[in-house]
Amino acid sequence: MILSDFNLLSIRVLVPEIILICSALIILLLNLVVKRKETLAFTGLVGTLVSAYSSFKLYALSLSGSEFMGMFAFDGYSIFFKFIFYINIVLTIFISIRYISIEMASFGEYYALLLFATSGMMIMASATDLMVIYLGLELMALSTYILTGILRKQVRSGEAAIKYFLLGAFSSAFLLYGISLTYGLTGTTNLKEIAVAMETLNLLGSPVFLLGLIFFIVAFGFKIALVPFHMWAPDAYEGAPTSITAFMSVGPKAAGFAVLGRVFFEAFGSMHVQWSSILIPLSVLTMLVGSVTAIAQTNIKRMLAYSSIAHAGYALLGIITGTSEGLSSMMNYMLIYAFMNIGAFAVVIMLRSEGFMGEELSDYEGLAKTRPVASSLMLIFMFSLTGIPPTAGFIAKFYIFMSAINAGYTYLVIIAVIFSAVSAFFYLRVVMYMYMKEPKAEVVLSTSTAMNIALTVTVVSTLVIGVFPSALIELARMSLSGF
Amino acid sequence: MVPLSWYIVLSAVVFSIGVIGFLTRRNLIIAFISIELMLNSVNISLVAFSHYLQSIKGQIMVFLVIAVAAAEAVVGLAILIALFRNKPTVNVDEINLLKG
Repeated sequence: MILSDFNLLSIRVLVPEIILICSALIILLLNLVVKRKETLAFTGLVGTLVSAYSSFKLYALSLSGSEFMGMFAFDGYSIFFKFIFYINIVLTIFISIRYISIEMASFGEYYALLLFATSGMMIMASATDLMVIYLGLELMALSTYILTGILRKQVRSGEAAIKYFLLGAFSSAFLLYGISLTYGLTGTTNLKEIAVAMETLNLLGSPVFLLGLIFFIVAFGFKIALVPFHMWAPDAYEGAPTSITAFMSVGPKAAGFAVLGRVFFEAFGSMHVQWSSILIPLSVLTMLVGSVTAIAQTNIKRMLAYSSIAHAGYALLGIITGTSEGLSSMMNYMLIYAFMNIGAFAVVIMLRSEGFMGEELSDYEGLAKTRPVASSLMLIFMFSLTGIPPTAGFIAKFYIFMSAINAGYTYLVIIAVIFSAVSAFFYLRVVMYMYMKEPKAEVVLSTSTAMNIALTVTVVSTLVIGVFPSALIELARMSLSGF
Repeated sequence: MVPLSWYIVLSAVVFSIGVIGFLTRRNLIIAFISIELMLNSVNISLVAFSHYLQSIKGQIMVFLVIAVAAAEAVVGLAILIALFRNKPTVNVDEINLLKG
């Protein structure tokens, strides 16, 4: 055990999480007295911004190493992911204000749970100990299960929640078994000490250790929806309120990748051959099933669910490389994915109005004639998700493929590019429906100021990152220094 | 004294019972109990390792697992009741509105 003395100053690295949790508790109390639920959304927003500011201030202190006896790190890697989570929650709050009043689910708990889930993700990104990883993961997961089922008058929301819950709990049991095996062999749960113990105890070829590694892959594979652990994703994404679908297709996935990167690079770095040989077939399968099954979907939320599965397959290439270049391109991918995916979901949410679901692909027929602005936004997001320049999605894929080629995985990149081309079919089909078909019925868009802000931010970021990527690439590379 | 391997075998057997129960039974409550079984099998192995290694970390972990399992039970049963109010069944095969 690392004997850094436990002092009260350690707690400063937890300040951003503490602020988030406090604002969630304040929201729960305000919920009892405040009638207008928009106030609660505003409180959540303020809490998030204060927390983001404190993260920024802490980063300026340039702390290195882990506090709390090596359990909680505040390094560039974690702060990069934390900013993805901040962007995720701010955009989610903006797109949900009007939507959840249409769905008649204006509960104050909604915003509190968003904050709890985000603090769980932030703990996951910072955790350098398996115990803390487990706790952060459960805080995130339990909040997301409730958010999925928050439309409690609808059968499909409850059904999505129960499926998500059962498979999520099943996967966290695997995580625990993996932790227990690793602990039994190495006598520690600290990631750095596991790496040291692996050298000193010569555990490299130990089958039990490998079993623990496989259990980790199963557990994190569930969280980032890798095939064959993806069964919950389409159902949970379709049944959940659309704003939550946007939230959980970015946040928990990025958190899962953050943990995957840290555990595999820090603790199991010397077992790269073993874990990459397990992850390569998983990533190919994920790209295959995600891209091919999405073609058959008629519901746009389900289609985007399969698309997010396919994107997990691409981002996994960054982990497979085992180089810091791959890791930084995976981080870029997650950030860019946050903008373009939430943007796409924001357009889906706009189509939902009283008495109209707007979730079928056929609802998009001829949208360009009646709603030119909304359809041009959707066009940009669909191009970006496909990976067509000059959008950010191209940059994301370009750097991930380049890092994989540099690490010698050219055949994987060829496979990924092929599935990328397949995925163009279902993304561009939405564009084709919007621009080349005649409108069936008048579509009422439910816009609001908050929604307009969210759409502006996402579309501007998607285009700006697409044209000027170097700042972001440099940021991701810089945040990996000292990892 | 009971050797370590017995505990590990017990834990593995209980874990496998949980996995098989989860995958084969069609009742949501049984699936839920199977997950609890899996979590408790982990607790057995953690305590056994903790005693064998003479390190306190495993036992701390067990307390965390028990606490989280309680929270998980609360959330899971609440979701189950919310679902049951809309659709009175606990059979997995009848919960098929979404086609996954």
